[in-house]
Amino acid sequence: MYSITIAVANKAGLHARPAALFAQAAAKFQAAVTIRKGEKTGDAKSILKILSLGINQGSEIVLSAEGPDEQAAVEALARLIETGLGD
Amino acid sequence: MLFSGIPGSDGIAIGRAYIYRQQDIVIERRSLSAAEIPSEIAAFAAAVRQAKLQLTLVRQRTAARLGEDNARIFDAHIMLAEDPALFEEVEAVISGEGITAAEALARVAAGYAETFAALEDAALRERAADLRDVTERLLRSLLGLPPKGLGHLDRDAVVIAAELTPSDTAALDRRFVKGLAVCGGGKTSHAAIMARSMGLPAVLGVSDIAGAVRDGDMVIVDGFDGTVIVNPDGVQLAFYREKADRHNKRLADLRSLAALPAVTTDGRRVEIAANIGGPQDVAGVLANGGDGVGLYRTEFLYMEKSRLPSEEEQFTAYKAVTESFQGKPVIIRTLDIGGDKDSGCFAIPGERNPFMGWRAIRICLEEREMFKTQLRAILRASAFGNVLIMYPMISGVEEVRQANAVLAEAKAELRAAGMAFDKDIRVGIMVEIPAAALTADIIAEEVDFFSIGTNDLCQYTLAVDRGNERVAGLYRPLHPAVLRLVKQVAEVSRRCGKFAGMCGELAGDPLAAVILLGLGLDELSMSASSIPIIKAIVRAVSMEQAEAVAAHALTLRTPEEVAGYAGRILQQLGIGRE
Repeated sequence: MYSITIAVANKAGLHARPAALFAQAAAKFQAAVTIRKGEKTGDAKSILKILSLGINQGSEIVLSAEGPDEQAAVEALARLIETGLGD
Repeated sequence: MLFSGIPGSDGIAIGRAYIYRQQDIVIERRSLSAAEIPSEIAAFAAAVRQAKLQLTLVRQRTAARLGEDNARIFDAHIMLAEDPALFEEVEAVISGEGITAAEALARVAAGYAETFAALEDAALRERAADLRDVTERLLRSLLGLPPKGLGHLDRDAVVIAAELTPSDTAALDRRFVKGLAVCGGGKTSHAAIMARSMGLPAVLGVSDIAGAVRDGDMVIVDGFDGTVIVNPDGVQLAFYREKADRHNKRLADLRSLAALPAVTTDGRRVEIAANIGGPQDVAGVLANGGDGVGLYRTEFLYMEKSRLPSEEEQFTAYKAVTESFQGKPVIIRTLDIGGDKDSGCFAIPGERNPFMGWRAIRICLEEREMFKTQLRAILRASAFGNVLIMYPMISGVEEVRQANAVLAEAKAELRAAGMAFDKDIRVGIMVEIPAAALTADIIAEEVDFFSIGTNDLCQYTLAVDRGNERVAGLYRPLHPAVLRLVKQVAEVSRRCGKFAGMCGELAGDPLAAVILLGLGLDELSMSASSIPIIKAIVRAVSMEQAEAVAAHALTLRTPEEVAGYAGRILQQLGIGRE
């Protein structure tokens, strides 16, 4: 299990399009990836789960992955969030 | 009666109300026997596939009509439809409780809708609308109902709706819809964004209007200040007619500029044409001053139904477009399915590398009867105007010869049947594969024109799938390799006495316009909304300048250098980038 805590910087948070990009990126990894905000946790490969978390600008989230490529997955997804997800 | 909402899109609409109701979907409750459960799960999987197909079509149509930015929301819709968590939960409810897929889906989606509604962020709460849109699409597919839409409207109308989903808005027929008044939504809702790109007056957030208006009532929508008036009195009507006249005059002034030909300051004329997906897009092209159609995508005819379109259906559509352009050129591209474009009526087996696989002309040359039916329909339409035929995905001259052989058969059949067509109809190819660009001189022996499709040419030249987030950054149409191929095609075309155009997205990019002009292209074809700005750029330069700019651009090393240089040129011309 590998985790990183990160603050979401892009203006609109993880709304529809950024959430779609994020879920697409997560789906490429073998590891099971979850995203946690506060007490709620969701499957990072599901756009529905990501949207349900209500992640907006400034939200602090924890990315965790478990599986063969867990570290690569978490690092790549954190980078994706840092670079603003195309916003 | 006067209502006040949020101004969503400029303009005044005065007309009869059309109430667009969400039809309630009735889900029959039924307990399944254990034996029925696997087939119910399979039915849900099939509904997901069908929804994806429909959404891919809506996405393409929206991209063609309103540009990529407006189309991207449907990527999110496709993901929602295919969401793994949604599928697992629906599957679990079906097998756990023995209820139908439709009921299970409605229950799971309602749970998520509740979660979304409780979110504190308003923009995220609005995503509930996306989920509802996708859920309804899936339900309709499960229950065998047609996709809903405003596509069937056949009279001028101001549409009044409780809510307009992206799917609804994408299906709006601009010929009939004069304005929108929507109970829900705000300035950033998709309905508002799309209304703005369509130039459609719209007011959103008029929460109390739905109960106060009946079908056929006179309605005024003022998209400038957010006012909606139902059954206005004479004074109000006169006031708004005057306001509408003033606005229309301003628009007409802008359009009369767009109606001017695209001629450089030293007299070189190029054609600025539009890419369209069907007769519904013609009005937008004419309003924006398009000189014709540089790319008529015929795929939509093949995607909407579960059977192949008949010759008559195709003929009707092609003829309608051809006639509206009154002798201006209409380039009809023959069927281009495969790659990322599925067809509802034509099974394309899953491939490991669909863009390199069985698509477009490769399919048509194997399915000769299907191809010939389309060619006959195009030929018959050519009797009504200036039609040109364009083959997609040509990689070498032998494919052109084979396609032309089918065309010759189609002509002979029509001649034998005494049916009219343009005997001198011109034929060309779309240059999307580098091999076609590099052998343009050989292909020129068999064709009258070339049209460069930059989206695919760029993908094949740079080996980049721009749908792949990891490498999308490498997708750069201003790459020196792409520019060299464009130059090659333009030069060969000129030397052989043919004409060369471009119908990819690059053709509508203000940044590229001067370079493309300087490279010697005769025609640029783009989304209708890009036409006025590209015409303005062409009218601001001389051919001499453009050639010098193109020559310099060809000496640059990287796409960034080209883009930077092109940006400076635009600034010098006094045209800021949008």
